[in-house]
Amino acid sequence: MCLAVPLKVVNIEGNTAQAEIEGVKRTIRIDFVKDVKVGDYVIVHAGFAIEKLKEEDAIENLRLIKEVTDALK
Amino acid sequence: MHLNEFRKPQDIDRVIKFLKKIDRKIKIMEVCGTHTMAIAKSGIKGLLPENIKLISGPGCPVCVTPSEEIDAILELCRKNRDLIITTYGDMMKVPGTNVGESLEKLRALGSDIRIVYSALDAVEIAKNNQDREVVFLGIGFETTTPGTILALEEAINNNINNFYIYSMHKLVEPALRALLEQPDFDIDGFICPGHVGAVIGEEGFRFLVDEYKKPSVICGFEAGDILIGIFKIINQIINNDVKLENEYKRVVKTEGNKIIKEKVEKYFKVSDDLWRGIGLIKNSGLKLKKEYEKFDAITRFNITLRENNKTTACRCGDVIKGKIEPNECSLFGRLCTPENAVGPCMVSSEGACAAYYKYLQF
Ligand code: SF4
Repeated sequence: MCLAVPLKVVNIEGNTAQAEIEGVKRTIRIDFVKDVKVGDYVIVHAGFAIEKLKEEDAIENLRLIKEVTDALK
Repeated sequence: MHLNEFRKPQDIDRVIKFLKKIDRKIKIMEVCGTHTMAIAKSGIKGLLPENIKLISGPGCPVCVTPSEEIDAILELCRKNRDLIITTYGDMMKVPGTNVGESLEKLRALGSDIRIVYSALDAVEIAKNNQDREVVFLGIGFETTTPGTILALEEAINNNINNFYIYSMHKLVEPALRALLEQPDFDIDGFICPGHVGAVIGEEGFRFLVDEYKKPSVICGFEAGDILIGIFKIINQIINNDVKLENEYKRVVKTEGNKIIKEKVEKYFKVSDDLWRGIGLIKNSGLKLKKEYEKFDAITRFNITLRENNKTTACRCGDVIKGKIEPNECSLFGRLCTPENAVGPCMVSSEGACAAYYKYLQF
């Protein structure tokens, strides 16, 4: 029940949004995350978004991982 | 969003090779049921040498719900035949202390028990059944409580008078503290639950390093995230450099989610709470505040917990505390399987026993 997945927001109406992953659509609530826009990725847990997933953060995250693996050369 | 790159980051083989060479004994606890599942599913345990052990902690909500609470739910059901009980699916099969009794069994006997995907679905059921009373079983940690909040707000805003919440929500920090305070606790480091982190923020785990000096890394849920997390913990141990690291920067921010934190404070009061296997932990649970009593199932139905000291052969309590691995329970795989579960750690899909049975036993 705790499974949370990243979904892409495709439509927003007030605090309700449609979000999808690999073509599967879900209706979610976005009350807890500020300034969600169509095209954003959000982490969705039991029907609501808990956080936004930003492209630049994901890239930074990957860079930090690369630092770790590079150090092991 | 780069998902595959987190599943298998570039050059991750170097990390695996490094981990394979470690020869000292290290025990790492993962605190989240989703991590337990991800670790089992991805085969990470098989990549590690024997001496590095990953132990599941108290992170599966169904598993830590004590039998006293399960019994109270079942009694509520039995005594109020007109009630509609709404619950996340994982609760259905958890057995109470009366042999053979569970929500699933009571449903077969005619009780109206409905599985919902989100707490909001439960309010919807209340809207559509105004002549009946509807109870929602609110279980789960920091990540699940916001769903209950949405349901509560929906009920308040729409003046719904037949909807009640049985809040059994729990907090991660007090439970970890309770474990750490046990004299025989021998875990060397923590894989901290990333999504709890999204709510409470990086700082929410600071106590693990500042007060208890345990290497701790906040981790995402892809295989690559977890391997990097394990690597970082081991590095901290080897270099005697204890610190809090955030491997899940793409989601977990320093402060966490302010909106959720404020709403939790608005609607809930912190109270002492019972945990399976651990017992009463001070300030570890969330109950509805007096102002929202109208929606509180505990007040409406006068729910009280009856202490039960029944001991069973099920060792879920020890599994939750990280004292034993599931296969050290004498019932594991013989009398206790997912199809015929004796304890919640086997019932819940996120339970350590279920994960072990499904992915690791052969
Ligand atoms: S294997 Fe079954 S009986 Fe044993 S601890 Fe796990 S859930 Fe309990």
